[in-house]
Amino acid sequence: MSEGKRMETLEPVLAQHPFLRELELRHLKTLVGCASNVRFNAGQILFHEGEEANQFYMIRQGKVALELLTSERGPISVQTVGEGDVLGWSWLIPPYRWRFGARAVELTRAIALDGKCLRKKSEEDHDLGYELLRRFSSIIVERLEATRLQLLDVYKAHP
Amino acid sequence: MTANPMLTHAYGVKRIQQETYDTFTLELKPRSDIQIKSFAPGQFNMLYAFGVGEVPISISGDPAKREVLIHTTRAVGAVTNAMWKLRRGEIIGVRGPFGTSWPMEEAKGCDVVIVAGGIGMAPLRPPLYQLLSERREYGKVFLLYGARTPADLLYQREMEQWQARSDLQVDITVDRALRWWRGNVGVVTTLIPKADFDPTSTIAMVVGPEIMMRFTVAELEKRGLADDKIYISMERNMKCGFGFCGHCQLGPFFVCKDGPVFRYDRIKPFFGKGEI
Amino acid sequence: MGPVLHIGDKVVLERQHLQQLLDALGKKGYRVIGPTIRDQAIVYDEVSSLKDLPVGWTDEQNAGTYHLKKRADSALFGYVVGPHSWKRFLLEPEVRLWQAKSDEIGLKTVGNKGEMPRFAFVGVRSCELHAMAVQDKIFTAGEYVDESYKSRRESLFVVAVNCVQAGGTCFCTSMKTGPKATSGFDLAVTEVVNTERHYFPAEAGTEIGASVLGEVAHREASEEEKAAAEGAVEKCSKQMGRTLNTAEIKELLYRNYENPRWEDAASRCLTCGNCTMVCPTCFCTTVEDYTDLSGQLAERRRRMDVCFTMDFSYIHGGSIRYSPKARYRQWMTHKLATWIDQFGVSGCVGCGRCITWCPVAIDITEEANAIRESELSPKLVT
Repeated sequence: MSEGKRMETLEPVLAQHPFLRELELRHLKTLVGCASNVRFNAGQILFHEGEEANQFYMIRQGKVALELLTSERGPISVQTVGEGDVLGWSWLIPPYRWRFGARAVELTRAIALDGKCLRKKSEEDHDLGYELLRRFSSIIVERLEATRLQLLDVYKAHP
Repeated sequence: MTANPMLTHAYGVKRIQQETYDTFTLELKPRSDIQIKSFAPGQFNMLYAFGVGEVPISISGDPAKREVLIHTTRAVGAVTNAMWKLRRGEIIGVRGPFGTSWPMEEAKGCDVVIVAGGIGMAPLRPPLYQLLSERREYGKVFLLYGARTPADLLYQREMEQWQARSDLQVDITVDRALRWWRGNVGVVTTLIPKADFDPTSTIAMVVGPEIMMRFTVAELEKRGLADDKIYISMERNMKCGFGFCGHCQLGPFFVCKDGPVFRYDRIKPFFGKGEI
Repeated sequence: MGPVLHIGDKVVLERQHLQQLLDALGKKGYRVIGPTIRDQAIVYDEVSSLKDLPVGWTDEQNAGTYHLKKRADSALFGYVVGPHSWKRFLLEPEVRLWQAKSDEIGLKTVGNKGEMPRFAFVGVRSCELHAMAVQDKIFTAGEYVDESYKSRRESLFVVAVNCVQAGGTCFCTSMKTGPKATSGFDLAVTEVVNTERHYFPAEAGTEIGASVLGEVAHREASEEEKAAAEGAVEKCSKQMGRTLNTAEIKELLYRNYENPRWEDAASRCLTCGNCTMVCPTCFCTTVEDYTDLSGQLAERRRRMDVCFTMDFSYIHGGSIRYSPKARYRQWMTHKLATWIDQFGVSGCVGCGRCITWCPVAIDITEEANAIRESELSPKLVT
């Protein structure tokens, strides 16, 4: 796809995604410059735990399971994300490696954003960096709260 | 009230259905000529295992079907474990029904969001049956159900039927799952943002462990649902079921007669506070 | 005996004729219960003669203390209340609810069909009349009725005694429950004893009370005698050992669930539950299921329970109120605050028993006042 055509198709898509709501146009265009359309078939692995993390995904359609490997039981899914969700913040924090694996549960379409490129652009334009960090922190907080609730294992029968 | 409310009535076990590894559903039929008392969705009975003891258990059957009395419970203590081992025809004592019920009338004309956590699905099945039997009276209906793992999901066959309906949105999630699970993984509150109910005209019914209900109410409030449109169901130690023994008190409320179904704004000052 | 008496007629009984009252009640088939001394305390038990009463005795009460002391006179009712309350006869401490046989026909429950006793209580204080009225609201005024309680209450004959001397832990005036008995009695008497005379101004509160009174030697009370009685009761109302500020006490306690004073009380409280056992309004019960060895016969019994136990609030492997602080707080906020929302009246009648019988001298009036005061000063009172 040519540079021009990419911007034409992806800008409205990015603008509509809940994650980027009310993002200034100039930042949006920066993101568009680092964006590409991706698609995963059911069962396809997006990335493995431990691999270098250089992108994040804005899910447009479908479902992705975040997995952690356990020795006794193989991979266990601890979270699924779907339409409107954002996947991946390992690209933001050193050492920029995935802390979990991800696998498409069903056919999934997403926008992949180049993390390496955005890290560089954020260093140059702190306003962009702030916007990204602000949005990611609220996602991280939401996940943390949800994870804590999961940790409590509230449905477990008490002895 | 002339009949002695502490006197238990003999019911025979028609069937015990194992739902999950520790949860089972009892189908009971009364001995002798007594008719099954009609109950409102949300109410409970005190069930007695001969010589062992009595526990309060929510009725989980269809309020419109009066031939069998249905309860779903976990086998956690002496009484429920004794019940689990019963054979067809053996006796369970039943007293009730007691308690308050879900606001079925008030929900008419509104969207209804049912949020069930774990065994909380059991007391929410009766209002769901009633909603579906008079479907046109209500707006959009959502069933959001969270369990520990896929093996802990209750009423799986019925769930599949409900999922197939176009007039009911069923979203299920589990806290963790193995690879074969193609559904959602995550806490039940994550399902709420994806349910498009109209917060200005919705009634929510929530049952689950208290922590789960707290987080769920917070999430519903975030969506704009007012506290007097959210209903929860509480549990406490009960010995009588009708406000005489004093055990089930929660602040000024007797969970057996002012509950178990509570409108959230009424119970809010005492809910989620330690050791009340 | 004289013309027929009516409700409100003020008469006087001489001390020596009072035995006729006990006799009349006994003849009518009542089981007469009154104060008597046992185990160095004044308790309630069957009495038939005036000699059974604690003649010439009084009680000295304070937080965690109770002694009997000989009086200079031979008053029959010269004390206040002891560890017993009348609830032990109205709400039996232990009762068999039903028996069941597990035979082929099924759970054949056999209810308890005993004969309901008819009691006459002699020596009921005003605070105790209020306590009975409080329990009436629980057991007879709601959707469900305790038939045994109701029957005992309906057949009950009450001889009330107006207090002329307040106890060390009494605070009925704060709770507006005394010292004068104003309703809920069949007969009310006031004891006037001095060096010259020993007599009882009396009045009937019901028709049946009037008819029983008519069987006891009596004459019309003189103005002097009426004044003596009223004066004695008035004097008593000024002698209260304790006070409790009840102004908006429900709201006060509702907003102080996290007050550090609870920790303070908890550091002293043994969670022994004495307070619940002596309290005339505490009503919590539990149920126990038994079988015989063959497993064919089962029984359910109800017995009085105590909210201070770990068992009381136990569900799913844990107690809701697992700390002593939570359990003390539950008892006190129930008694003074949530009771009002539940039954429209306070659960406390100011009898002071919980203060007297607490082994570590925790004083409900002191605790309530401390919480109130903690809101006034920035420094929290400990």
